[in-house]
Amino acid sequence: MEPVTLLLVLIALACAAFYAGRSRALVAVGGRANSKNLHSLPGYYGFYSVIWCLLPAMALALLWLLAEPRVVIAMVVQGLPDNLRSLPSGDLNLLINNIENLAAGYFSTAGADQDVVAAAQILADYQVASRQLMSVSCISLSILGLLLSRSKITPIFRARNGVESVIQKLLILASSIAVLTTIGIVLSMVFEAMRFFHQVPITDFLFGLNWSPQTAIRPDQVGSSGSFGAVPLFAGTLLITVIAMTIAAPVGLMTAIYLAEYSSQSFRATAKPLLEILAGIPTVVYGFFAALTVAPAVRATGTALGFDVASESALAAGLVMGVMIIPLVSSLSDDAINAVPRAMRDGALGLGSTKSETIKQVILPAALPGIVGGLMLAVSRAIGETMIVVMAAGLSANLTANPFSAVTTVTVQIVTLLVGDQEFDSPKTLAAFALGLVLFVVTLGLNLIGLVIVRKYREQYE
Amino acid sequence: MMNSNLGQTTRHRVEASLKRRYAKERRFKAAGIAATFTGLAFLAIFFVNLVSQGTSAFQQTMISLEINFDRTALAPDGDVDPNADYEAVVRDSLRSLFPDVTDRRERRQLSSLLSVSASYDVKDMLAADPTLLGSTQTVWLSASANVDMVIKGNINRDVPQDLRTVSDLQLLWIDELLAAGRLEKKFNTALFTNGDSREPELAGIRGALMGTFYMLLVTIALAFPLGVAAAIYLEEFAPRNRWSDLIEVNINNLAAVPSIVFGLLGLAVFINWMSLPRSAPLVGGLVLSLLTLPVIIIASRAAIQAVPPSIKEAAFGLGASRMQVVFHHVLPLAMPGMLTGAIIGMARSLGETAPLLMIGMVAFIVDVPGSVTDPATALPVQIYLWADSPERAFAERTSAAIIVLLAFLLLMNLAAVLMRKRFEKRW
Repeated sequence: MEPVTLLLVLIALACAAFYAGRSRALVAVGGRANSKNLHSLPGYYGFYSVIWCLLPAMALALLWLLAEPRVVIAMVVQGLPDNLRSLPSGDLNLLINNIENLAAGYFSTAGADQDVVAAAQILADYQVASRQLMSVSCISLSILGLLLSRSKITPIFRARNGVESVIQKLLILASSIAVLTTIGIVLSMVFEAMRFFHQVPITDFLFGLNWSPQTAIRPDQVGSSGSFGAVPLFAGTLLITVIAMTIAAPVGLMTAIYLAEYSSQSFRATAKPLLEILAGIPTVVYGFFAALTVAPAVRATGTALGFDVASESALAAGLVMGVMIIPLVSSLSDDAINAVPRAMRDGALGLGSTKSETIKQVILPAALPGIVGGLMLAVSRAIGETMIVVMAAGLSANLTANPFSAVTTVTVQIVTLLVGDQEFDSPKTLAAFALGLVLFVVTLGLNLIGLVIVRKYREQYE
Repeated sequence: MMNSNLGQTTRHRVEASLKRRYAKERRFKAAGIAATFTGLAFLAIFFVNLVSQGTSAFQQTMISLEINFDRTALAPDGDVDPNADYEAVVRDSLRSLFPDVTDRRERRQLSSLLSVSASYDVKDMLAADPTLLGSTQTVWLSASANVDMVIKGNINRDVPQDLRTVSDLQLLWIDELLAAGRLEKKFNTALFTNGDSREPELAGIRGALMGTFYMLLVTIALAFPLGVAAAIYLEEFAPRNRWSDLIEVNINNLAAVPSIVFGLLGLAVFINWMSLPRSAPLVGGLVLSLLTLPVIIIASRAAIQAVPPSIKEAAFGLGASRMQVVFHHVLPLAMPGMLTGAIIGMARSLGETAPLLMIGMVAFIVDVPGSVTDPATALPVQIYLWADSPERAFAERTSAAIIVLLAFLLLMNLAAVLMRKRFEKRW
């Protein structure tokens, strides 16, 4: 039975359970007219049965589906002839892949090894058997739950309390997903990064000046070891972030000041949503724009002025990224500026200072923590931005501060290392997780500091 | 300066500095205006650029040919033969327009004016209507991407022949066809009905759209109930303790974690650990739901906070349990706000690309996916893939795909705004 069909059967059983539980409760007190003699409303007895009927069976199905691939493969490997079973792990994985593809019918069996075809047949049989067993056990568990819960129902049974405590536990579970996600991110990164650091020392990675992750296919080829010094990537990321912030910080801040302090209400009401469109445009669209429109323009301008500009210059990617971040900076600065109490503004104006003097000497100093916090969030956004740099920045890891040359960034390298098929054990793939860990730690730090500053400042005037 | 001012009153000094101060004021204001218009100007350039590049992709150049559905060639045994040489039929028809072309190489150049799909179109046409057998019909067949680019003016005729993808001879033929009224731009249906292809004139976004659709289906099915449940717990039930503080900090941080990190999580957990299929909308949807969850939780919490306490207190007063108050009163009243948040979260995940690259949704996939476990790609990933193609015709299609993507985003945001307006209540 397919999982979807099983789900439908379980839902049908749950409907039956609702009816069964509810009618059992009503019968116990002698009909609907006497339902006030029940502890809970009749529907709660129905829901109580539904919970017992549905939740254990669904949990079992979920666990089954998660465990099935591993267990079935392990059983197939057990059944393989000894000469195949003793293959090195890489070849064994390849063999298992072949068996899986054969079993799924992607390839024809013609010309394949006899043992492999037999194993594929066994695998297919096991898969069918596993699904049948899963359906049978889930449905019986469901029926068992239905009968058990039904037998518990009496007029004094506290069905509502039972249902509510289960729902509350489900709510807690849902809210824990956020924590689980963070734990999942940290664990998966740390675990893979540790494996990487077993092969490449952590100091070489963090302080090495040479990045060329291409590992050769044969060990005797040139450059077979690869070299994983990530400093050029950090420098490239920093260069592009600095370019982006030189655009976004002044433009965003001045925009916020103009819209908050100078412009008319009607202009603000049109300009603000328009600028926020910039924040809603998907980054892949910015990337396309950067690669096909801005980069050639930057190159043409630079060449006309006598500079030597690479076709995938850091400047083009940084410029477009800066534009993308403008609305983030301006809306966070706007919040900070608007949080400055009216009285401070009026006081400064009353003493005869001009508007710009009020802003520069009173409002901005008061709003500074909020603005700085917002800028940190913007920097973290720029560091983690992927598509613009993937499409517009280069792949060559140059250690340079020249904005006209091509640089590469942490996110670009993560994408390049992981797109395409490769072994999961190679240092090349694992390096992506180490880079991801660095990225996560840095952005997390910036976000935490930024959030703390923004929040602390907000409380000050409220 | 200070010495000469000593004898004057403060008023004089202030008056003397006024001019400078006002100039400063004007400069500052001008800087503000300039900054605001920089952003707006970029927005304008961006859209003008996009629309001017992309709109032409919604049209495709077609060539009209007289196709002879010859019985002896196409249905030797009386029935329509699906394996007949349709290519020859189309080729002969095109050659009959240019009887002077006899050189083999020139003939090949002539045939390449048509898209490779032309013979399939003729075949499908005959299969759909076998009564055409024996007749001669005027059929509009799609031209190759190069012809399309010439017609749309994207190929510069002045550069030497070696530097263009179209030869002088082909240009001559195109002009002749154009003069005879046999070349026309028609609405590009292939863009919306086809999957991806290596041939620009055959490449469409249907596969990517369906992939995105399945992915968002998974995302909304997971993220909305989980997000709402988490918001309810945090707002209505959570005791103020370390655990709920931890959850809160986590949610705020997850909202700011780079999306590519979620992709790495998906790769490590869903694909390597749980061995779910690569390139499947299921995994994409799982990753995107983790990505959207914080957005939905934050919006849902705001919606719950907006429900006035008097309503809750009234329900409590009538003897409702906490759970009943929440599910019978708070939730229905907060639902519009939650749905608005969900739509905005969906709009954000619609444009998300980087995490999908991590989980293998960048594969070249021609077939339109039919379920959440089929290999698929998504609209933004399709844009990324096409943007990488060197052909000019793909650049045009990329812009068209972007226009479609932005149109969907606009629709979703519009729906969110309208919903907020329609259901917004002031208590």
